[in-house]
Amino acid sequence: MIRLLFTIIAGVLLGGVVHLVSVLALPRIATQDAYSRLTPMTRVNSVTPLALADPNNAPMPFMDPAFAIAICRYDLKDGALKLTVPVSQAYTSVSFYTRNEVAYYAINDRSAGRKVIELDLMTEEQHGQLPEDEEVTAADRLIIDSPTTTGLIVLKALAPEPGLMPQAQASLAASRCTVQTEPVAAKQPEPAAPAPAPAPAPRGKR
Amino acid sequence: MRLIFITLLALALATVVGLGSTYMTATRGTDLGTLTIGSWTARPKSGTADVDPYSRASIARSGELPIGTGDGIAFSATSDDKKKPLDGRCDVVVSGVTPAARFWTLTLFDRKGHLVANSLQRYGFTSQEIIRGSDGAFEIRVASRSRAGNWLPTGGIERYALMLRLYDTPVGVATRTQRDAPMPSITTVGCP
Repeated sequence: MIRLLFTIIAGVLLGGVVHLVSVLALPRIATQDAYSRLTPMTRVNSVTPLALADPNNAPMPFMDPAFAIAICRYDLKDGALKLTVPVSQAYTSVSFYTRNEVAYYAINDRSAGRKVIELDLMTEEQHGQLPEDEEVTAADRLIIDSPTTTGLIVLKALAPEPGLMPQAQASLAASRCTVQTEPVAAKQPEPAAPAPAPAPAPRGKR
Repeated sequence: MRLIFITLLALALATVVGLGSTYMTATRGTDLGTLTIGSWTARPKSGTADVDPYSRASIARSGELPIGTGDGIAFSATSDDKKKPLDGRCDVVVSGVTPAARFWTLTLFDRKGHLVANSLQRYGFTSQEIIRGSDGAFEIRVASRSRAGNWLPTGGIERYALMLRLYDTPVGVATRTQRDAPMPSITTVGCP
């Protein structure tokens, strides 16, 4: 009897461990999370407008139907990303999510304070590699560090009345998210030169 | 033989208890870090980088994207002020004022987060569309049949959720009480 009781206690304690491990693992193993849902309908490193939310067809649950939404699914492995979003009449916001849907940064048109929201998104490593003098001139440049290499940027423009939806969609259609070419081009000569050297080496060994 | 049986029993129990409680917390959510005002509930921490693991698990499971803190905050309600679950066949009145925000939207979803089909194609109100009284307060009637004024159709579904999203608002992680954030009341006024 004692043995059975001991078994049950051990089982429940072990169950607690299983619970903690599975809660922590769930964001990584989920197959129906927002990133996985959006992957088939978006292109990487470009802005894709989402269809308006309606009862039969919504890419994600609990989407706000008053907003025009566009997604930039990013991958920073080839370099930093430059994001420009023109501000719509009513309200525009840009939210950044990691691969596992952690909202690590969000900004709206008023806190951006301009007619165009301009941001540079890079990994911490790429941020560290920025030349010093560029950092100084970058004082008016908003740089955001992404905790993960991949993730989502959600661009939203409010249509305060249904009739203003085309305007909101049009302002999002003018937004861009592109991999920045200048820093990559500047660094390319260095890796390009040693690149051919290791390439023949394996052939020589064979 | 007995030892094997006992070990298997303990492991089976661990699996059931562990995965069962994970399923429960991921679908129903926990009270960790929630802000409750009247019948409205928000999770201000979900829009920040230090979101708790339970919220992360339920976000990953449902497939939604939480609203970022720099953008706004989302309050949801599934019951009225008397804790009666919101019923789409009843007349429910949402009235009062909202916390300071540049814009807000009130949207009706079914419990899984889908919009509810209706002939008017009205799924919610924005703060600009609403008709207000002279004192700035508003009254929204949530009902299956058409009503005068601000009518939000339910499509007659049994259970629904209301979501009030505030955009560009000081309400957030530091908000604690009704005084910081006066939320509208939800009252069921009649059921057929």
